[in-house]
Amino acid sequence: MIANLVLIFIAATITQNFVLTYFLGVCPFIGVSRKIEHALGMGAATTFVMTLAAMVTWLIYHLVLMRFGLPFLQYVAFIIVIASLVQIVEMFIRKTSPTLYRALGIYLPLITTNCAILGLTLFMVLREYTFLESVIFGLGAGAGFTLALVIMAGIREELECCDIPKPLEGAGITLIIAGFLALSFMGFGGLISR
Amino acid sequence: MKNLQEICPNCNKEFCKGLWRQNPILIQVLGMCPALAVTTKAVFGFSMGMATTFVLVCSSLVISSARKLIPPEVRIATFTVIIATFVTCADYFLKANFYTISKELGPYVPLIVVNCIILGRQEAFSSRNNVLASFMDALGMGLGFSVVLVLLGSIRELLGFGTVFSYQVLGGWFQPWVVMALPAGAFITLGFLVGFFNWINAKRKT
Repeated sequence: MIANLVLIFIAATITQNFVLTYFLGVCPFIGVSRKIEHALGMGAATTFVMTLAAMVTWLIYHLVLMRFGLPFLQYVAFIIVIASLVQIVEMFIRKTSPTLYRALGIYLPLITTNCAILGLTLFMVLREYTFLESVIFGLGAGAGFTLALVIMAGIREELECCDIPKPLEGAGITLIIAGFLALSFMGFGGLISR
Repeated sequence: MKNLQEICPNCNKEFCKGLWRQNPILIQVLGMCPALAVTTKAVFGFSMGMATTFVLVCSSLVISSARKLIPPEVRIATFTVIIATFVTCADYFLKANFYTISKELGPYVPLIVVNCIILGRQEAFSSRNNVLASFMDALGMGLGFSVVLVLLGSIRELLGFGTVFSYQVLGGWFQPWVVMALPAGAFITLGFLVGFFNWINAKRKT
């Protein structure tokens, strides 16, 4: 049981990193990864929403959609849940902790259209995770997203003073670096043997 | 009855800008997730492009015809629900008629819902322009997206398997580059493609 949960966490964080193997959340990965502190803020906000979204969508899928035979409403229901969840989290944080709001606030609206969240809920349904497994999966996926974002931000800060061919500046070089990162993350593949 | 010129004075321009000048992937760098994930083979890129174009065109038609009815405060939520409905249609159509392709694309078909190109076009164009102009804009953007997907899929399939659209192109002497079929290959190929595109644009300007 515990071993299984640890395995899910490590797989979602490292060996099957959301950004580098499933390409989920590549847009913020390219857009927000210029400074390490922004990357950390975005990562923290995403991890938080991912874990919550995994819990809520699991409950909705199993207790409402499956029970009343409505699986075709899955996509519409999930996206509404995620959008309203982000809204509620934003209002809640603004009321309770202004410091946290100042740190995460600007990233929250961006998260609704982050495909990593919807991707997470879809994978959760496809792989038929239990409730506890889904929560751990959400946490792991968030940690993996943060890890990739922070590594990328660190590399890009160094890149500022490099001589890059003009056409490759910006998106081009970021994508190529992401390719090398994906290659190096494949080296962790041996951690889990299935 | 107004004539066509009056309703949509620069239809051609709206259509063409998606293909090159404002290409969604190469210039705006949007919609990366499907572009990278499904392009291991050209045929998957093609199906993904068609599915996205279908969703983009249909939701643009609905949103531009209802643009005066949608309250601005809840517009994003409304757009998302409309898009999600058409994505469900596309997903069930693929499952019913092209089961193997649908199986390969997996969760990336439902992920069209959060493709930033679609929401971006609704926000920037369809909610402000008439039906015909929005239709041309959506069609151009969708085709521009599809062309890049097919191109990316062809390059990766050629180098990764020696085939294009499953036709053998490179003979038995060719040692396939395994990396091209892996995620790393997707990132690197698209990176160079974006660079190449910028290089051509810079050349044309001078």
